[in-house]
Amino acid sequence: MADARTSGDRFDAAVIGAGVVGCAIARRLALEGARVAVLEKAPDILDGASKGNSGILHTGFDAPPGSLEAACIADGYREYLEIHEKLNLPLIRSGALVIAWTEEEEAALPALMEQARANGVDDVDLLSAEETRRLEPAIAPTLKASFRVPREYLVDPWSAPHAYLLQALANGARLLRDCEVTGGAFDGDGWRLETSRGAVAARVVVNAAGLFGDVVDERLVGRREFEIRPRKGQFVVFDKTAAALAGHILLPVPSKTTKGIVVCRTAWGNLLVGPTAEEQEDRRRADLVPETLAALRRRGEAILPALAGHEITAAYAGLRPATERKDYRIRAHEGLNYVTVGGIRSTGLSAALGIARHVQGLAAAFGLSGAPPAAPAWPQVPAIAEDGPRDWQAAGNGGIVCHCERVTRREVEAALEGPLAAQSLAGLKRRTRVTMGRCQGFYCSAELAAITRGRLARPMAEEVHD
Amino acid sequence: MTEPAETADVVIVGAGPAGLAAARELRALGVGRVLVLDRERAAGGIPRHCDHPPFGLREFNRLMRGPAYARRLATAAEAAGAEIRTGATVAALRPGPLVEISTDAGLSTVAARAVLLATGVREKTRAARLIGGTKPGGVLSTGALQGLVHLDRLRPFRRPVVLGTELVAFSALLTCRHLGIRPVAMIEPGPRPTARWPAGLFPRLVGVPILLRTELVAIEGDERVTGVVVRDAGGGTRRIETDGVVVSGQFLPEASLVRTSHLALDPGSGGPAIDQYGRCSDPAFFAAGNLLRPVETAGWSWNEGRLVARSIARALAADLPSPAPGLAVVRMGDALKFALPQRLVGTPAADAPHRAFQLRVTRPAAGRLRLLLDGAEVWSEAVDLLPERRISVPLSAVPEGARGTLAFDLVETAR
Repeated sequence: MADARTSGDRFDAAVIGAGVVGCAIARRLALEGARVAVLEKAPDILDGASKGNSGILHTGFDAPPGSLEAACIADGYREYLEIHEKLNLPLIRSGALVIAWTEEEEAALPALMEQARANGVDDVDLLSAEETRRLEPAIAPTLKASFRVPREYLVDPWSAPHAYLLQALANGARLLRDCEVTGGAFDGDGWRLETSRGAVAARVVVNAAGLFGDVVDERLVGRREFEIRPRKGQFVVFDKTAAALAGHILLPVPSKTTKGIVVCRTAWGNLLVGPTAEEQEDRRRADLVPETLAALRRRGEAILPALAGHEITAAYAGLRPATERKDYRIRAHEGLNYVTVGGIRSTGLSAALGIARHVQGLAAAFGLSGAPPAAPAWPQVPAIAEDGPRDWQAAGNGGIVCHCERVTRREVEAALEGPLAAQSLAGLKRRTRVTMGRCQGFYCSAELAAITRGRLARPMAEEVHD
Repeated sequence: MTEPAETADVVIVGAGPAGLAAARELRALGVGRVLVLDRERAAGGIPRHCDHPPFGLREFNRLMRGPAYARRLATAAEAAGAEIRTGATVAALRPGPLVEISTDAGLSTVAARAVLLATGVREKTRAARLIGGTKPGGVLSTGALQGLVHLDRLRPFRRPVVLGTELVAFSALLTCRHLGIRPVAMIEPGPRPTARWPAGLFPRLVGVPILLRTELVAIEGDERVTGVVVRDAGGGTRRIETDGVVVSGQFLPEASLVRTSHLALDPGSGGPAIDQYGRCSDPAFFAAGNLLRPVETAGWSWNEGRLVARSIARALAADLPSPAPGLAVVRMGDALKFALPQRLVGTPAADAPHRAFQLRVTRPAAGRLRLLLDGAEVWSEAVDLLPERRISVPLSAVPEGARGTLAFDLVETAR
């Protein structure tokens, strides 16, 4: 990997943070012709808030009407549908049901449907308990009513940001990993950022640092306009056989503070239940709590009683970069060529492409140069979702390495190559699904260690020479 | 599914002790083409990475280490004329019987006259046990540990804790000794080690303390494990400094193929439901070995494979009793985890592979174990039972010509 300092001249834009939002911004800026550097403090991308979410492409039906968030979700949603095939990204057209379990919740449905229409999601329809059960026979019969949001879809929360960044890189952007921004100065025309890998010069800086957005603002512009208040979300994931129990995304009636516990399939063919919403201080660490995981299992079984016979294959916890306010905290700092993109709580995956367009507009006002490439590159990411053919079905795959998720040797090898090569087992997992399945590495750890030997910055195990 | 590209008399899924024993036996009984499929890169199953004795006493009359035993099983099957294909993952089972396979060459389908499922077991994961804390590297099942150490000479940690005290946990201790890994403790939620004496004595011999009545509450660490939090019987928690966790035992049948097929599954055992001939709900499919239940030794599985192979040879010669009508075997109460076979056909006969019911309990339980036929007791025995320990009830306890439903129940008394 080249050192930051060797790049010599100045970038048009430096994007701090390679989560889904940073990756989408880098892509948009690169497609508009800017020379972009993406600075990520972790050894791999998606190391913060973006590594754990529910994988839903929201329509924004329940966003605050007229808000920036609602606009970004609508734009992001539209662009995802336009580009997903060109980037080889999945789209599972599941639809969602917002389910009322009590009379109070049932009484709240009409207002939520009104809000959906105000957000331009005008194809919602109210369903009786019986009609709901006809659509979802496995659902507990105690439900009161629901409404259907047909265009809520399932996507792959990892392939999408990989594809965005890969396209940015294919159109001239550079990724600097292990590159933490420690400080910087603006000289009236551009920034000189101090990083753990040397100085980086850029005309415009975009802070997409997620859980550390307020810290980066303080380091660069000397003040925090918001405070990150990490909100933890724990999930449990059930095995493939459970996925047949829910066709739609099953949403609860949201409360004032949270969208609530969702039950839905994943793009990888599992069924997930989560997330919780727990305020905490620590922005680095998201602990799993056994009692909470057991409660999530019970919640899942209350919604889908047949889940009782199914095995939990994985549990994970993520942190949302919430702030003291509900709305996005996106702002251009006039006279500083600096854009803060903060407080992207739980809709980042859906809104990222829309946020990127909005941020590109703000950054362009600071005078970005360059013309869009005449024929932009459209690299394709490997298909790892269950909505289409997989590599294990094709010839020359090298054999299956991870049996639970049916990941082939060829897929693993590919993920260890190229400009976005995995540097750790976690990174390999996010690119290929290895070890994500029911055995959690019982069968494949040894072979994975053998294949990745000497090729990961963070190896799986220590080699013994004797 | 693709059109069948090849045919075999018997396809065996899984080249562990049960599958390889069956392959050899089928060939010895004159069955034509016997094709053994295994998704791993080498045949032999779990013993491949259990680099310690005792294996092979029953099968080869000698004390062997796992890898040598695994090689010997494969050699014996091949010498008998069975074909072993590794790197071949079975993707689906269909009526026919048809077996869909993924290999380096992509998808293909084999048509068979009979299929034997012998896919074994895996250990219950950290996730399924709902262990809290963070998710650093260095949390492994025994199987993963042994693969790293024995197959690739890699050391994932130096001073781990071992969760569980089943036999496999002691296998993990032996594996650790290979590369100078020194476990700092064994952690067992129950009041005593699960494995029988003398295994329970072994950790003392090598100086590893066993913490009984202790639960693993949380794992700590960012990239690598830095410690674990345990809770003792009194409810107090404390931290143990360690750089890894071996999450051992609590085996589950590797029955994903069965779950996604047309075959009936017993939620109690976690494996396919069978009759005393080892036949599944589709009589063209058979099952043997630890896929049937957690968990028995390699020798036990080997024997089961061999005996079920005789059933298969008889089935191919149209010499097995008709699978219907059967006598269902059910369990009552929450103390009994499973009872197999789950169905009896015809008269329990001495020539069937299963001559005894195999049962397990979910928790320590004592009292009277009874077998009821349509509610009336036909057999009973005073018992004092522990989880993960074998319980046998002879099939001869079932009266000849019985019709109806057989039920096991346990009338509990205080232990």
